[in-house]
Amino acid sequence: MDAPGLYNYWIVIVLMMTGFYVVISRGNLVKKIVGLNIFQTSVFILYITMGKVSGGTAPILAEGFETYSNPLPHVLILTAIVVGVATTALGCALVVRIKEAYGTVEEDEIQRQDDAT
Amino acid sequence: MIATHLPALQIVVPLVSAPICLLLRRSGLAWALASIVSWAALACAALLLQQVLSSGPISYHLGGWAPPWGIEYRIDAVNGFVLLIVAAIGAVVMPYARVSVAHELPEEQHATFYTALLLCLTGLLGVTITGDAFNLFVFLEISSLSSYVLIALGRDRRALTAAFQYLVMGTIGATFIVIGVGLLYMVTGTLNMLDLAERLPPMSENRTVLAAFAFLTVGAGLKLALFPLHFWLPNAYAYAPSAVTAFLAATATKVSIYILLRFFFTVFGAANTLELGTLENLLIPLGVAAILVCSTVAIFQTDVKRMLAYSSVAQVGYIVLGIGFASTTGLTAAIVHLFNHAMTKGGLFLALGCVVLRLGSARLESLEGLGRRMPLTMFAFVLGGLSLIGVPLTAGFISKWMLVQAALEQDNRFLAAAVAAVILIGSLLAIVYIWRVVEVAYFRPAPEGDGEGEIAEAPLSMLIPTWFLIGASIYFGIDTSLTLGVAKRAAELLLGGGA
Repeated sequence: MDAPGLYNYWIVIVLMMTGFYVVISRGNLVKKIVGLNIFQTSVFILYITMGKVSGGTAPILAEGFETYSNPLPHVLILTAIVVGVATTALGCALVVRIKEAYGTVEEDEIQRQDDAT
Repeated sequence: MIATHLPALQIVVPLVSAPICLLLRRSGLAWALASIVSWAALACAALLLQQVLSSGPISYHLGGWAPPWGIEYRIDAVNGFVLLIVAAIGAVVMPYARVSVAHELPEEQHATFYTALLLCLTGLLGVTITGDAFNLFVFLEISSLSSYVLIALGRDRRALTAAFQYLVMGTIGATFIVIGVGLLYMVTGTLNMLDLAERLPPMSENRTVLAAFAFLTVGAGLKLALFPLHFWLPNAYAYAPSAVTAFLAATATKVSIYILLRFFFTVFGAANTLELGTLENLLIPLGVAAILVCSTVAIFQTDVKRMLAYSSVAQVGYIVLGIGFASTTGLTAAIVHLFNHAMTKGGLFLALGCVVLRLGSARLESLEGLGRRMPLTMFAFVLGGLSLIGVPLTAGFISKWMLVQAALEQDNRFLAAAVAAVILIGSLLAIVYIWRVVEVAYFRPAPEGDGEGEIAEAPLSMLIPTWFLIGASIYFGIDTSLTLGVAKRAAELLLGGGA
């Protein structure tokens, strides 16, 4: 029976849609970054899940172990995590600059100030 | 010895030079290094393209690991051509940047600026050169992250919000691409594009593959500002520093279009996607909508930079239209337009950068009488505008001519006539928005005695790069042997099945 084995993918979908919804619906720029993070995290879990082999261990040759998990997706996602950290850092830096320039991090408030000028 | 490692040098040289730029700290030194590196990259790209054209595709195994396990850099007529475009624009914009950046950015940000610009160049070249689907994502993020920084450096505070908006949209797009690549890896167990192309055909009906196709299309669509996913672009281009706008407008969307081409035709194979009927049904309506809507919106802009940004989305519409036909003529038209539009729009934004240097803004009403005050700059703008419209003897004419031909080749007579009509209407709309600038610059008197003294012509270091690109967009309208020849080979290669 696959159902328990596949629950990771349900988590991926739920997280992905949650993150995506937060990005779209929230006007607060910090919350947008949080949403973006959740969205990216879902992809990390997707990659980690696809590399996992039931009963497999870390891919280190040793006595008594026959099945190993696929290390490649895990390594790939390490790169994507680094990219995610960089994106978050840059996004937060931009939010700080926006706060300095506008005095607010609310999208509609920023829009109002831009329209006024 | 060096010749065999050219593909690696193409990426490694700008990548390593970027942090060195930061360490140099001095504006002049950083600029000099960045310029030399960008010229080296151009030389590298030219040599690679020449090698590809004379002796076929180059496969370079990074670190000596054989594909499909190791990362492969694979250069054929398609990406060799795109590499040349990106490197050429980089080499033209770098010398231009010195005066423009000195004027628009504070001294202490100069070294950072050149670092980010080199990183952006590295990323764009990397996306183009790599034959590995995941490596493509990494380079895409390198170029995207640095372009967010570059846009945020703009003087207006709206540059910050534009950069933030682009960051959100761009990250969603790039994440969609990773999801697509991940799904492909799940079913095939490989990341090498050629290997993928071999393994995918038997499972073309597989739902995971279809989902991967959808994610990749939307992800690339976000990145290339495919209508209606283009909302980040006008603000980002309007508020970025002039040199950045010219660089990104001419390269970033073009490289994203290359990603789309690569996945559609090489990885998924033309036959596979055509059977699904996705290309025609999806890309042609979107291309048509982009041309009509964004050309119309461009007419009503009061900021010339914003106007050209909307025009860019419309021009992407032409390219997507060409891809949508999925015929040799259509793809040739798309690839030629990719090149021609890069030259034309790059030149136009550079000319606009000269205007911003002297006037401090690109608002339409501030351009009054500029035709007499900055004759060389404005004449370059007019020539670029003609190429954008597609007047004969300019590069724009060649690509639109090819596109109309591709449209008329379609079996469906009604569709053919309608699309050809849209292309013509798009050109008419372009006449309107270019004319608005010409009218203000040439037929209105200059404002008298504004107390700021005479507005002089832009310095030579900015005029020469501008005229170089504008000259190229005229030259390639007269002598098309290079552009059309390479584009045709590239189109045949893409349609020739997997490899």
